[in-house]
Amino acid sequence: MSKRLSRKAKDAAQGGDERIYRATQWQLMWWQFRKHKLALAGVVILLVLYGVAIAPGAVAPADANARFTGYESSPPTPVHFWDEEGLHRPFIYKLKRTVDPVTVQVSFVEDKTKRYPILFFVPAAKPHKVLGLITLHWRLMGTGEGGPPMLLFGADRLGRDLFSRTVYGSSISLFIGLGGVVVTFFIGITLGGISGYAGGFLDEIIQRSIDFLLSIPNIPLWMVLAAAIPRRWPVTQVYLAITLILSVIGWGGLARVVRGKLLSLREEDYIMAAQLYGVEAPRLIYRHLLPNFVSYLLVHMTLAIPSTILGETSLSFLGLGMQPPAVSWGVLLKDAQELVVAAQRPWQLIPSVFVVLVVLMFNFVGDGLRDAADPYSRG
Amino acid sequence: MLAYVLRRLVIMLPLLFMISIISFVLIQLPPGDYLSTYILQLEASGTRISETEIENLKHQYGLDQPMYVQYIRWMQSVFEGKFGWSFQWQKPVSEVVGERLPMTLLISFASLLIVWIFAIPIAIGSATNQYTPFDYFFTFMGFIGLAMPTFVLALVMGWLLYKTTGTTITGLFSRDFVNAPWSAARVMDLLSNIWFPIVVVGLSGTAGLIRTLRATLLDELRRPYVTTARAKGLSERRLLLKYPIRIAMNPVFSTIGWVLPGLINGGVIVGIVLNLQTIGPALLQATLNQDMYLAGSILLILSVLTVSGTFISDILLAWLDPRIRY
Repeated sequence: MSKRLSRKAKDAAQGGDERIYRATQWQLMWWQFRKHKLALAGVVILLVLYGVAIAPGAVAPADANARFTGYESSPPTPVHFWDEEGLHRPFIYKLKRTVDPVTVQVSFVEDKTKRYPILFFVPAAKPHKVLGLITLHWRLMGTGEGGPPMLLFGADRLGRDLFSRTVYGSSISLFIGLGGVVVTFFIGITLGGISGYAGGFLDEIIQRSIDFLLSIPNIPLWMVLAAAIPRRWPVTQVYLAITLILSVIGWGGLARVVRGKLLSLREEDYIMAAQLYGVEAPRLIYRHLLPNFVSYLLVHMTLAIPSTILGETSLSFLGLGMQPPAVSWGVLLKDAQELVVAAQRPWQLIPSVFVVLVVLMFNFVGDGLRDAADPYSRG
Repeated sequence: MLAYVLRRLVIMLPLLFMISIISFVLIQLPPGDYLSTYILQLEASGTRISETEIENLKHQYGLDQPMYVQYIRWMQSVFEGKFGWSFQWQKPVSEVVGERLPMTLLISFASLLIVWIFAIPIAIGSATNQYTPFDYFFTFMGFIGLAMPTFVLALVMGWLLYKTTGTTITGLFSRDFVNAPWSAARVMDLLSNIWFPIVVVGLSGTAGLIRTLRATLLDELRRPYVTTARAKGLSERRLLLKYPIRIAMNPVFSTIGWVLPGLINGGVIVGIVLNLQTIGPALLQATLNQDMYLAGSILLILSVLTVSGTFISDILLAWLDPRIRY
């Protein structure tokens, strides 16, 4: 990668094109970043998922808590493209629930007498709101009026559409990552800044606290902290509390990065110049020191988001995080907490695919950013 | 060496003190204490409790004392080996934890072995065959492994086990052996169940170690001394085992510090998913019921164990690689 950039730089210089030399730091970073194909793919996939998470109602065929009677524990509805008559637009068959008279085993069979094409921008059964502001009267896809429910990921024990629930759950699961990172950053930069800039006794205390936080197993700590959240709290308050819990424990790594960078930058001449000029400490930190390692912070942030997402998922899975009727991926997976359920209705594990996908994509983007973070050191 | 051990001990003491303080703060954190919930429960079931009885109970549990006295009393009880009183179980925390702790430790430490058994050969294979399908495959698996929460791994593996063998592993013993006294048959029964959580917890920690080991070994393989050895005509196998691998083994011990908390985490979560008689489900029950002395004491025990494990690994590392002491 670095070789290609350097060749390009040489070509550009020889050709009299001084693009490389004139480029700003951010341009150089972007040129470096876009060569990391996995990272680019990660950005695209994450943008799509976050887009869905902003307006889940537009994408989900049904409400998160809508129940389809007669479809309890239904497996995913298969989507077909052709039958004996040949190729069609995507369609589904109605699933018919049958009970074996002897074993009382419930099974679902496709009723192949009628095709139900999957329609797009179908009128919604009930108008629903996006972002709490815009009222929509349509949904992205469905089988239209009178059609059978389209259960792409199957249904849970209560007959709720798992695909819609996964889509709705993405709002909480994905945005807790962003919210958590903002808080983590505030704590991490402030304490890391104090630690690196002031040094001495304060530094020692903060460093020992980080040692402490990194040395104890975080899941038991989260659990005990989450136990302190009163059960009666409304969803938003629980959400904020969990964000806070995850960030209060997660700032250590960031504070280390900030401190390390500050310690090396502190010795630079321009900092002494600024100090002699009489610049106050906070301004010095935020105005002169921070911009110098903002790219490292970006890398760290990309890698910190998934750990918050995993944290919320784990806590909700244990029943200590978000509580129903709120939906998050962890809440959905909680329904599969017992192995027997996972064995009988394996489709209830589908939300975990999204957890893994999101974390994986953030890791790819983080790797790409890490390569791009210091464009000057290469080529 | 002795000086190093002593210095590490001195650093560890404030850490242990801090852990005890934090655990105690967490015990006190939930609004209302278990006693008031307990009294409400009694009243709901029709039992009348008089003011003096409440005062007696409060006095008995030390709830009428100032905070620091409560802390000292709890610490006293910790050093007596009781760890306070579990309201939910109506017995000392030590008795609740007692039977579960050895199983938890067994799973966590055995899974450390699993981590090594999987990670070391794979990392060596990946580093010596860099950019081959073998390397790409395990790099990819490693990425997935890092992204997958332990409970998902446990669920998916449990499901796979059910699909292939038709059995589900829930619990550490079969029904016949749960309350049976220890015997050879009971040990065999334990072994036929416990391998599963051990493998799950172990696999969850493997991805991270493969990454570190592979990177360290790759760095070593690029060193001039490897070229020299190769030029001398040393066989590739001997060349590898003699120096680079020995140096690259350091992370195996230096990473215990962060692998161990991960394994304890994994043990707790997997214990809950598989409903094992370990500390995990006890902690979950305690937190759900706000039985804070139990929850806080478990946190204290797990943290102290982790810190001690890290301490031992640091000593081992200093013994293996004398450069680290300076």
